Amino acid sequence: MPPETPQTSTLARLIVYLKRYKARMFAGLVCVVATSGLALANPWVIRYGIDSLSGGITRQGLVFYAGLIVGLTVLQGIARFLMRWLMIGVSRRIEYHLRADVFEHMETLELSYYQKNFTGDLMSRATNDLSNVRMLLGPGIMYTANTIATTTIAIVLMLSIDWRLTLVALLPLPLISYGVRKFGKRIHRLSEESQQRLADLSARVQESLAGIRVVKVFVQEEHEKEAFDGLNQRLLEKNMDLIRVTSLFYPTMQFTIGFAAVVVLWFGGRQVVSGVITLGDFVAFTVYLGMLAFPMIAVGWVVNLLERGRASMARLDHILNAVPEIADTPDCVDDEIRGEIELRHLSFAYNHTPVLRDVSLRVPQGKTLAIVGATGSGKSTLAQLIPRLYDPPEQTVFIDGIPVERFPLERLRRAIGFIPQDTFLFGETIFENIAFGIDGASNEQVEDAARISNIKSDIEEFPMAFETMVGERGITLSGGQKQRTAISRAVVRDPRILILDDALSSVDTYTEEQILHELRAVMRDRTSILISHRVSTVKDADEIVVLDGGAIVERGSHDALLALGGQYAELHQRQLLEEELAISD
Amino acid sequence: MKEEVLGKAYDAHLMRRLLVYLLPYRAMVLFAFLLIIVESLIEISFPWLTLVAVDNYILAGDMSGLGLIAAVYFGLLVAKYGIGFLQTYTLQSTGQRIMFDMRREIFNHIQSLSNSFFDRNPVGRLITRVTTDVDVLNEMFSSGIVSVFGDIFTLTGIMIVLLVLDWRLGLIVLGIIPFIGITTAVFRTSARDGYRRVRIAIAKINAFLQEHITGMSVVQLYNRERKSAQRFDGINREHLGATLDSIMAYAVFYPVVELLSATAIALIIWYGGGEVLTGILTLGTLIAFIQYSQRFFRPIADLSEKYNILQSAMASSERIFNLLDTPPTVVSPASPRAIAEARGEIEFQNVWFAYNDEDWILKDVSFRVGEGESVAIVGHTGAGKTTISSLLTRFYDIQKGRILLDGVDISAMDLSDMRRRFAVVLQDVFVFSGTLESNIRLGSEISPARVRQATEDVNLGPFIRSLEEGLEHPVNERGTTLSVGQRQLLAFARALAHDPEILILDEATSSVDTETEGEIRTAIERLMRGRTSIIIAHRLSTIQRCDKIIVMHKGRIREIGSHQELLAQRGLYFKLYQLQYREQELQANS
Repeated sequence: MPPETPQTSTLARLIVYLKRYKARMFAGLVCVVATSGLALANPWVIRYGIDSLSGGITRQGLVFYAGLIVGLTVLQGIARFLMRWLMIGVSRRIEYHLRADVFEHMETLELSYYQKNFTGDLMSRATNDLSNVRMLLGPGIMYTANTIATTTIAIVLMLSIDWRLTLVALLPLPLISYGVRKFGKRIHRLSEESQQRLADLSARVQESLAGIRVVKVFVQEEHEKEAFDGLNQRLLEKNMDLIRVTSLFYPTMQFTIGFAAVVVLWFGGRQVVSGVITLGDFVAFTVYLGMLAFPMIAVGWVVNLLERGRASMARLDHILNAVPEIADTPDCVDDEIRGEIELRHLSFAYNHTPVLRDVSLRVPQGKTLAIVGATGSGKSTLAQLIPRLYDPPEQTVFIDGIPVERFPLERLRRAIGFIPQDTFLFGETIFENIAFGIDGASNEQVEDAARISNIKSDIEEFPMAFETMVGERGITLSGGQKQRTAISRAVVRDPRILILDDALSSVDTYTEEQILHELRAVMRDRTSILISHRVSTVKDADEIVVLDGGAIVERGSHDALLALGGQYAELHQRQLLEEELAISD
Repeated sequence: MKEEVLGKAYDAHLMRRLLVYLLPYRAMVLFAFLLIIVESLIEISFPWLTLVAVDNYILAGDMSGLGLIAAVYFGLLVAKYGIGFLQTYTLQSTGQRIMFDMRREIFNHIQSLSNSFFDRNPVGRLITRVTTDVDVLNEMFSSGIVSVFGDIFTLTGIMIVLLVLDWRLGLIVLGIIPFIGITTAVFRTSARDGYRRVRIAIAKINAFLQEHITGMSVVQLYNRERKSAQRFDGINREHLGATLDSIMAYAVFYPVVELLSATAIALIIWYGGGEVLTGILTLGTLIAFIQYSQRFFRPIADLSEKYNILQSAMASSERIFNLLDTPPTVVSPASPRAIAEARGEIEFQNVWFAYNDEDWILKDVSFRVGEGESVAIVGHTGAGKTTISSLLTRFYDIQKGRILLDGVDISAMDLSDMRRRFAVVLQDVFVFSGTLESNIRLGSEISPARVRQATEDVNLGPFIRSLEEGLEHPVNERGTTLSVGQRQLLAFARALAHDPEILILDEATSSVDTETEGEIRTAIERLMRGRTSIIIAHRLSTIQRCDKIIVMHKGRIREIGSHQELLAQRGLYFKLYQLQYREQELQANS
């Protein structure tokens, strides 16, 4: 994925979030001003204190100034506490909303999006980049506001002491803002590139570890290390480029502030000597400069935060701006789904590679269609088009005579029990995995689904039965057990349409027969599509179609196809031959 | 390896180990230390210059002396600029190099770990070690410990100067320090608890995201969007609560430090001012005191921030070291035995194996596979078939008995050399992002011609020729753009191209349809010819061609013989045959 160029709209999205917390943000900003004002009042007190020393004050008189300083600081502390609590709090709350929104948006994105984007990369965006955006919103905004308030108030106070000295002392200020802009741009670009390289590295580690068994079996550890080293080196180089710029930033700021201090010492000293200002004025001036140093230095850090946050927001936008290609159409129908499926002249290409060519078929409600065909003949794609995992061309796939794209996506999918080729179970209990697709499943429903899928007795042997956890925190299921659990997950939904996409491949023929037998009873008035490479699975279907190169080449019942003497008969013949060989000497 | 571990900010043992990483760069680090000391000295000299300027020149009305002091001040400033840049750059770049070294070490170590480790540790957690945890350590190296040293040096310097200028006033100002210490201690305890809660919540969020991104299409197919979002909201909210609580600690801490710092200035004005009135203290010294105390309290407050960096660095390094200290359970012996003549003869002698404790998966298993012989291992699910293939390639070590390869115990052989003699085709085919070619060749030196030949032999040729880029056709992570059958064929091509001595097909043919299986049967036969082969498969056609069939049941070998012999025995194999191939048999009889 190439790094995105940030657009002005990137921050517009954040404004929307910020608006939700207008009141808190405003109160926070008031506290920022109060904090700065109260902090800057202290040198003013020091100024009068010092001048009073040459004005014949008593020790008791000094207590007043000392007390005033402590009192002002207590007030300042309260304001500072509120500022942090309000502003950082807002950033945390927006982080919460943004995280929820990113996840919910991800849920709307289609299968092909996840095929184009690495899991590791998406993870990095949803975690690291989100945290950078939060830093922008919290400390980023807070310190920016603090810098502006402190600088403005300090300049006003300094001007009221001596405008010439102020002008001379603050001469380097424009230099700072020039430097900040110049540095900021480079830091932004470099940090964005560095983030991308870190994401590349993470993606590589993810893949290498996910495939560790293959790596080990083929003794590829050294090759993996080399590949990792290359990416690690690339990350190092980019970080070095970044450091070269950031290392210069901080000392430059310090120098500029220091330069102002020299000017105050020299020019301010002269003004005291010539009696234009008092020694107290001079001291207040140096303290103000010292107080300006921190915000100016913080500018470097804040710019970093802002730039990083902006780069990260652009990376988050890559997710948030991804338009779900498969979504509800404006002219949705409200019909209940009964389950008649029809394909009319369906042709489909994936990445410009034709997968299905002019496929037409009809499965009446309650009937069973079986699809057989060689590897890559388009069987799975055909199945995936029905629940719109991929979007079929308009007016090609119909349910109950209505194009699938006109059903609300949720209703369409709720009516379908789809069991994909690759079984994916979640790290939850078996019960939760089976009850995955329905709300408030009862024990009976789940157990019944498990019985139909022939997994109930297996589950009851697990340590915690249905409450056994699946995956790293629980037990490892065998391929067949996973498939049977996945079938339960579909069955428990009591779907109008059941689609098994080669979902019995890891189950032995005997168990398969039992499952199909049970399913037949349950699916009596439902529509089923069975995809398989076993004649045993498909022979009882109402209609069997044979796909070859994405087109239907044969169709009919088991007996009709045998009589036809084509590919299906050949497939059957070959399986017969195998068995004959098996029992012959 | 728990995510929640969060202990001390300083652990001598961990620190010593961390310092080892600095060793290769000790010259750089030493140089940076030197620069920091010089920088601190310059920093300390600035208020002193102000003191001299006020007392000797400003109050005395000496304009030219003032100019001289300003010139010295400026000179030091320029020096500090250069030193500051050099110091930062040296430290940061050293930090980056150390991170590079650590990442490499961690990744290399992970690569060397045994399978049982990966059974226990999810991938996401390991990625965190290589990226996030290493970054935390970088922060410590580049801004943490070294600048703590700088801060401490500056603080000590200022203390000395204050006491030299006026020991009474100096002591009064320094009297504030214990209060800062108490404040920091209280802050730390409350911050630590919050920090731990935040970390636990983050770990939960990451695990949830990882899982749901991987299984997103299932979420969508099963209309789970709303429910999953609700579950996520629960975790997300937990994280929000933890972070909001931890803001409190910070929000209180800084104002209190500020107040203590202001108290110091108030004391200077009150007590120091009094001394000026009585003539004990000069005005210049009083001003210097104010300036010093301004520079004094900020680093102390920063120290507690550094404390946080140090604390999380300790936690990260503990996790990293825990990982690095996890020894690979399966390793090559110190002096591996070579095989006199590589024939490909396998022997299991009374092998007992359990993944944990006494929960035996294999019980007293013995069998022999001769050179070039093919053996099928069959049995009901859970009989221990697949375990045999994992043990042969030493993914796990056995508890009792011996496994011999050409008469040599595999645990006495070099692990890589031993594994190179095998090719295993696993049931779940793993596809790496890259091209078809890179997935067949992996990192091995295999000529393009052989790669092409391998694809032809497994009948992947027509598919590849139909692609615009041919073998260079890109495939993504987990190969989701390929069908299961194509992935299976790819795995065959991978095995064939590596031309192993011993072939293991671990239920490899179960996902390929009959049509394709018929086509690749010739390829499998070609693969098996002249090679010792171990077939763990559902499919009868492959099994019955094997020289020998081993029937496993509940971890034990129950029957050994040829297909016909075993059928004639009417024993377990016969039953399995009836059970698993009944359908096919019925068809055959009709």
